[in-house]
Amino acid sequence: MKNTRLIRGLQAAASMLALAAAWQILSWFFPHFLFPPVPEIISRTINVLVTGSLLADVLLTAARIFGGLLGAFLFGGALALLIGRSPTIENFVSPVLTFFQGIPALSWVVFAIIWFHGIEFRVLFIMVMTTLPAFTFQILDAFRSMSKDLFEMTMSFRPSRWKLFRYLIVPTILPGILTAWKVNLGNAARVVVVAELVGATGGVGYELLKQQQLFDMAGAMAWTLQLVLFVLIVQQAINMIEAWALRYRAVSERAI
Amino acid sequence: MTAPIIRFDDVSKTFMRPDGRGSFVAVENLSFEIAPGEIVAVLGKTGCGKSTMFNIVAGLIEPSSGKASVDGHDPFREFEYFRGKIGIVFQGDRLMPWRSALDNVLLGLQILDTNDKQARDTALRWLARLGLSGHENDYPHALSGGMRQRVSIARAFAVDPNILLCDEPFSALDEMTARDLRAEFVRLVRQSHKTAIFITHQIGEAMEIGDRVLVFQRPARIAYEARLHADLTAAERQTVQQQIMAVLSQEPAPGA
Repeated sequence: MKNTRLIRGLQAAASMLALAAAWQILSWFFPHFLFPPVPEIISRTINVLVTGSLLADVLLTAARIFGGLLGAFLFGGALALLIGRSPTIENFVSPVLTFFQGIPALSWVVFAIIWFHGIEFRVLFIMVMTTLPAFTFQILDAFRSMSKDLFEMTMSFRPSRWKLFRYLIVPTILPGILTAWKVNLGNAARVVVVAELVGATGGVGYELLKQQQLFDMAGAMAWTLQLVLFVLIVQQAINMIEAWALRYRAVSERAI
Repeated sequence: MTAPIIRFDDVSKTFMRPDGRGSFVAVENLSFEIAPGEIVAVLGKTGCGKSTMFNIVAGLIEPSSGKASVDGHDPFREFEYFRGKIGIVFQGDRLMPWRSALDNVLLGLQILDTNDKQARDTALRWLARLGLSGHENDYPHALSGGMRQRVSIARAFAVDPNILLCDEPFSALDEMTARDLRAEFVRLVRQSHKTAIFITHQIGEAMEIGDRVLVFQRPARIAYEARLHADLTAAERQTVQQQIMAVLSQEPAPGA
C-alpha cells in the first residue's frame, strides 16, 4: 500500500519534471519573453509567496473561490433537497438551472459589472451563478441514489425530519458533495480569474492582467502557478477528508 | 379474552403498475387478529402480498380500503405514535454501510433520544447476546451475512419494541446459520413476551417459530390457519404440515 503510494508519487513527479524539461528546452530556442527559463519562473513564483503584498492577492483570490463555492454549495444543496422532495419544484427549477448552465462565465461577468457596483459582490455573484447548477445537480443525483431499503429501515424507527436528515440523508449525499467540491473547485479557479481579470482591482486575475500589459511571461506563469498550487492543495485536502469520511468503503485488493 | 394488538378489518391494497397501465390488487379483504405476546408466522408463495401486509402493519404504506389498527391506532396516519413501539427485521440486513456494527445498533436508540451512555450499554449488551462481541467496530462489509443479520436483529431488539415484524429475515442465509439464528430469535421473543409477525415462505420455519400459522393466497387473503400448541403430537404436526402444503400447491405460480 505504502509502496503503491510512493510509486504513484514518483510517477506524478516524473511527469511534472518532463513538462518542466520540455519548457526549458523551448526556452533555449525561443526568446525569453515567450518562454522564460524554468529557474526564473520558479524564482518569480517564490517571490509572490514571500512578498506580503503579492501573497495578499493570492489569498484574496482563494477567499473569493471559497466564498463562491460555499455560497453555491449552500444554495445548491438546499435547492437539490427541495427538488428531491417535490416534482413540482423540480419542474419549475430544473429548466432554469439548465438554462444557466448554457450561459458562458464571461456573460455572467458582464451582467455582474452592469448590475452591481461592489467588486466583492460582483465576484461572489459570478462564482455562485457559474457553479450553482453543477452543485445542485450533483447533490440531487446523490440524494436520488439514496437506498429505498435504508430509507424504509430508518423510517421504521419514526425519526424526526432533522434526525432523518442527520442519520440518513447527510451520509448518503456526502460522497456526492465531496465530488461536487472537487469538480467545482477547478471550475471556480478558472472562473474567478476571468471575473478578476475584467471586474476586480486585486487578486490573481488582476495580477495576470498586469503581466499581460507588461508582456511579462515569467510573471504570468508565476501567478498562474499560484492558482494551480492553490487548487492542488485544496484538492489534496478534500481527498484527505474523503479518505477519512468514506473510510467505511470496502477496497478490493485487485485493481480494475 | 385479551383485546387484539394487531387487527385487520377487510383491508385491501391496490397498486398502480409502474408503467401506469392499470393496477393490481396485492391485498384483498384481509381480516385477522393477533393477540399480545403471540408469534404469528405468515406463510405464502412469492408475490402473494405478505410483504404488503407487513408494510401496512409497519405503517410504511396505507391500505386502499378497510381498517388496519395496531395497539388501537392507525399505523400509517398515527406514524409518530409508534416511535419505539415497532421493531423490524427486514429480509436483507439493511445495515448502514457508513456505520460500524455498534453504530448500526445504536441507530434506533439515537432516534429515540436515549441517553448516550445508556444507549451504548444497551447496544453493546445486544451485540454480546447475539455473539458479536469483538466486532463492535467492524463495518458491515467486514462482517459475514449471518453476522450482519445478527446486527440487524440486535438493532430491532435494542429499542425494546412491543411488536416485532420480521420479513423473511433468514432467507438469504445458509441453513445452518439460519437454524441457529431462528432458535436464538424465538428464544429472545418468548423471553421478552413480544408480539411478533414472522413472514416466511418455508413451511418448516413457519411451524418452528409460530404459535399460529396463517397461509396466504394471492392476492393476500387467509387460505388456511392453524394453531400450533406446544402439546401437539408429531403426527398432528405432520397433518398440519400436509394441509399447508396442500393449500400452497393449489396456488398458481406468480404471473400465471
